[in-house]
Amino acid sequence: MKFPVRTPAALVGTGVLALLAGLAACASDAEAPRPVAATEGAPSDAPFAAVARVLRHPRCLNCHPSGDAPRVGDDRRPHEMNVARGPDGHGVPAMRCASCHLPENQDLARVPGAPNWHLAPRSMGWEGLDDHGLAEALKDEARNGGRTMAEVLHHMEQDPLVLWGWDPGAGREAIPVPHAEFVAALRTWIDGGAVSPPPGTTSTFEEAR
Amino acid sequence: MRIEFTLNGEARAVEVAGTTPLLWVLRESLELSGTKFGCGRALCGACTVHVDGTAVRACSYPVRYVAGKQVRTIEGLERDAVGRAVVGAWIDLDVVQCGWCQPGQCMAAAALLSADASPDDATIDGAMSGNLCRCGTYPRIRAAIHRAAATLRGEDGR
Ligand code: FES
Ligand code: FES
Repeated sequence: MKFPVRTPAALVGTGVLALLAGLAACASDAEAPRPVAATEGAPSDAPFAAVARVLRHPRCLNCHPSGDAPRVGDDRRPHEMNVARGPDGHGVPAMRCASCHLPENQDLARVPGAPNWHLAPRSMGWEGLDDHGLAEALKDEARNGGRTMAEVLHHMEQDPLVLWGWDPGAGREAIPVPHAEFVAALRTWIDGGAVSPPPGTTSTFEEAR
Repeated sequence: MRIEFTLNGEARAVEVAGTTPLLWVLRESLELSGTKFGCGRALCGACTVHVDGTAVRACSYPVRYVAGKQVRTIEGLERDAVGRAVVGAWIDLDVVQCGWCQPGQCMAAAALLSADASPDDATIDGAMSGNLCRCGTYPRIRAAIHRAAATLRGEDGR
């Protein structure tokens, strides 16, 4: 599915704009009607929101924990078997990520897989960050693995672990916007100066649905 | 397809579909029934074997991934000092109850001890938490790993 993009044209279709105009006409001392609240004002419509929704999806966030254990499933429950990050992000002895996760999904056993399956480093933990925090984490080379913004874009565009989010195998929701749309949103945000949204907003697909 | 690999030190070749789980090949094609089936979903650890030294779940490991690699099963565990220490400790401490999970437990323990010669309780629990035992032999497993580690360090361990 595509998440809704709030545009004046779309709202005209619902009559909302006409309603707003009507309300404004009744208010004699009101300023000119500001369709902002309905059309562009919601914080989730900021350029970064389309990116943040994806980063906050379980397919990304489960392996970008802020602590030392991954989560699994669309309900983001703790990983069975008390799976832990380990010193290198690839698990602990006898419980390596590669003990179960192969370079491709194993749908019979319902074990997800992609090349080099592992946890993002702790510095790339995204749990608990609002959109502002996510944007800052993406930009901060001390936390993002020393990547320039071009390299961040490349990671999101090419890394097989990222691409897995759109092909997660049986029993898991794929990220519900096309990958190309996500990359385009990220590129737009970067090209626009990669401005961090103000603190306090947490964009999710649930909120956009 | 033909898949060649080394199994417990010997060159082997099988002619099977590449998607066949390694566990099926071990048990059915090669008649090594020491490795057990528990869940078939990579959840219980009963089927744990080593592939190039990493403990893996044979039940959900397509055999084509072992082409050209070293596979070790419980039948080959005592080929090295770590494996012998593990098996010795298991016998000394009479770890086994019904036994179903134990080949996998031993393989996981050997993988742990190959990476960490002196694991503490927390390290043991972390490494072994993917290997379930319906008989609840966990305290004896932990004690046996300490015993095997002591043996490998040249201590008495008792
Ligand atoms: S049978 Fe393979 S993990 Fe349970
Ligand atoms: S000894 Fe019976 S399941 Fe472990």
